[in-house]
Amino acid sequence: MSPAVEVRDVRKIYRRFSRRKQFATLKSALLSRTLIGDLRRDDALEALKGVSFDVSRGRSFGIIGRNGSGKSTLLKLIAGIGRPSAGTVRVDGRVSALIELGAGFHPEISGRENVFINGLMLGLSKREIQRRFEEIVRFAELEPFIDAPVKTYSSGMYVRLGFAVAIHVDPDVLLVDEVLAVGDEGFTHKCLDKFAEFRRRGRTVILVTHSLDLVERFCEEALWLDEGRVRAEGDPRRIVDEYRLDVARIENAQMAAAAAVAAGRAASIPARGRAPEASEAEAPGPPAAPPPPDVVSTAADPEEAGSAAAGSAEEQNGRPEAPADMFRAVEGRWGSREAEITEVRLLDARDQPSHVFESGGAMTVCLRVHAPAPLGDVVFGVGLFNAEGICCYGTNTGIEQAVRGVLHGEAEVRFVVDNLDLVAGAYRLDVAVHRANGVPYDYHRLLYSFRVTSRIADVGIFRPRHRWVISGIGSGESPS
Amino acid sequence: MLNNLSLLVRHRALIASLTGRELKARYRGSVLGFVWSFVNPLLLLLIYTFVFTVVMPGTRPTELEPYAMFMFCGILPWSWFSSSLLEASNSLVAGGNLIRKVLFPAEVLPITIVLANLVHFCLGLPILAAFEVYYRTPLHLPDLLWLPAIMLVQLLFTTGLALFFSALTVLFRDVRDLLSNLMTLWFFATPIIYPLSLAPERVQPLLKLNPFTHLAVAYQDVLFTPAPFVVRPGLLVLAALSIATFLAGHFVFDRLRDALPEEV
Repeated sequence: MSPAVEVRDVRKIYRRFSRRKQFATLKSALLSRTLIGDLRRDDALEALKGVSFDVSRGRSFGIIGRNGSGKSTLLKLIAGIGRPSAGTVRVDGRVSALIELGAGFHPEISGRENVFINGLMLGLSKREIQRRFEEIVRFAELEPFIDAPVKTYSSGMYVRLGFAVAIHVDPDVLLVDEVLAVGDEGFTHKCLDKFAEFRRRGRTVILVTHSLDLVERFCEEALWLDEGRVRAEGDPRRIVDEYRLDVARIENAQMAAAAAVAAGRAASIPARGRAPEASEAEAPGPPAAPPPPDVVSTAADPEEAGSAAAGSAEEQNGRPEAPADMFRAVEGRWGSREAEITEVRLLDARDQPSHVFESGGAMTVCLRVHAPAPLGDVVFGVGLFNAEGICCYGTNTGIEQAVRGVLHGEAEVRFVVDNLDLVAGAYRLDVAVHRANGVPYDYHRLLYSFRVTSRIADVGIFRPRHRWVISGIGSGESPS
Repeated sequence: MLNNLSLLVRHRALIASLTGRELKARYRGSVLGFVWSFVNPLLLLLIYTFVFTVVMPGTRPTELEPYAMFMFCGILPWSWFSSSLLEASNSLVAGGNLIRKVLFPAEVLPITIVLANLVHFCLGLPILAAFEVYYRTPLHLPDLLWLPAIMLVQLLFTTGLALFFSALTVLFRDVRDLLSNLMTLWFFATPIIYPLSLAPERVQPLLKLNPFTHLAVAYQDVLFTPAPFVVRPGLLVLAALSIATFLAGHFVFDRLRDALPEEV
């Protein structure tokens, strides 16, 4: 059986007039009498660089990839909007593309008339539309409004009607470009049901989306497009995993770059010979980092943290002193530098430097510490903050009574987390070395960041180990 | 080429619906609504009548009475022609969303405009008829059978130009402005508010180079002049030219078709 869609060596080059400015008007083009010369455009953007694949009949096929990877271009070519610069696209049967819903609607006329015109545009005959009209309106949930002008519709209504028409074209090949993001939850489910029905009837669905879950759940095959080339093709789970890994790798590189900048910033803050006198006598406000858990709860009010952070900006600006309120989420570095944190690394389970960690996986914070003179009174601390600046966890060797001894010269301190039970998100890190009474030698506030990824979209501040035990509704245990 | 022409036939339902939409949407929200289709040419007529009977009373030839009637015969088809071209030149840019996002034969848009204006033209005919009756213009009634043929020539000619200008506007937006000035010039270069016979001898051959001259004269022959209609050679040439214009316009449009979704 021949494939429903056959794409062979497809290239698409978007050209731009290199001297667009000069020749933006006909007049200038004519006057300069280099019309032909100027018409030769040499600033080309190759959106697709030779893409080949087949989609078998009755399959649901997902296309994923970063922004600008050529997904939408590819979809348009399959839809027949525009032609490939090279290569061939062959589609067997009627195509309907959900690229922009309700693109052809005229605001001044009623929903009813728009359904007819839109249907005709999408290739239905008048009779076919008449036959499906009731169903279209029911699907769009617009029975009471169908005779009102479309300009009075809410954007949701507009899109629902557009979707309803497009889906009732009953194509052999349905192209969907990220349109499920619109509409409310209920409507999205309805759309998915409709796609599933399509599949049952042996129709082909090609889905372009950033929703990887959707690809995993819905598609039987996936294609990963990267900078206009097919990066991988096959089982959606495998493809999505590879894609996720790649995204993590790139994020990692970005965060490493950010970390390098942060490290540079930390190093640029001048070392101080002595701690400020005030902090010598009494620790400023609450004890220096990492704050004990009971104090944390008050700081966990994001509003307070936010306003405090705003207020402290000026006093903190450029001055390496400890802020008055330790719970303000303001980056910085301060301390007497009698002991100094010279290097901070984040390591994954294989001891490789990383900035992206799987939720529940291992993470190690590795500090290199240097003390020019022997120090007996040494406590190491670590604090984890989420993107809102809320302290998710803070501890130190003093509270946990972990280390006793004298620090002199180089030392390495590892804060090893076997199971990083945090929900997905961006986190920032405090590291510190200070006295038992909280007076800091070297305090790095929020200078390091990492990201936690998770396949589960759970929410909150931390993620207790758990499982679900459900009885009474059949037998089921759902490990989470 | 033939393939694409058959596409137009296949999309006739769409063209018809879009034309209906165009007509409906145009006056939606206005108080007079459809009446504007009648009022617009009437107002234009009133202006010219004012100019030629009140401001410059001596200039009109006496054998062309009532002069308003004479002008109306030319203004009506001219409005169809000029509105079509001006609106069509903007149609693809305005419908850019469709061309970029929906697989859709783009030529439908300018064609729809021409057809909508044809409907306006047809709505003007009863008004013309009412004037004819009011002024008791002596007409050679069998001439009216020629009217559809003349309209067909104009339809082909206008559609060809509309296709050409609409596609060109996408590539060069200044075509729109150029065109609106060109249409003013074209209007005065056509014997609409003056009879061809009134033009100086040496200018007449020049005016006869203007394709629309032959259309205007044909309309005047059918709708105004009492003598029986004779097919002048100019009209025959124009008939051939209109077919050529349509095919050429379509050809140019077809060549630019692939560039449209990117440039619009």
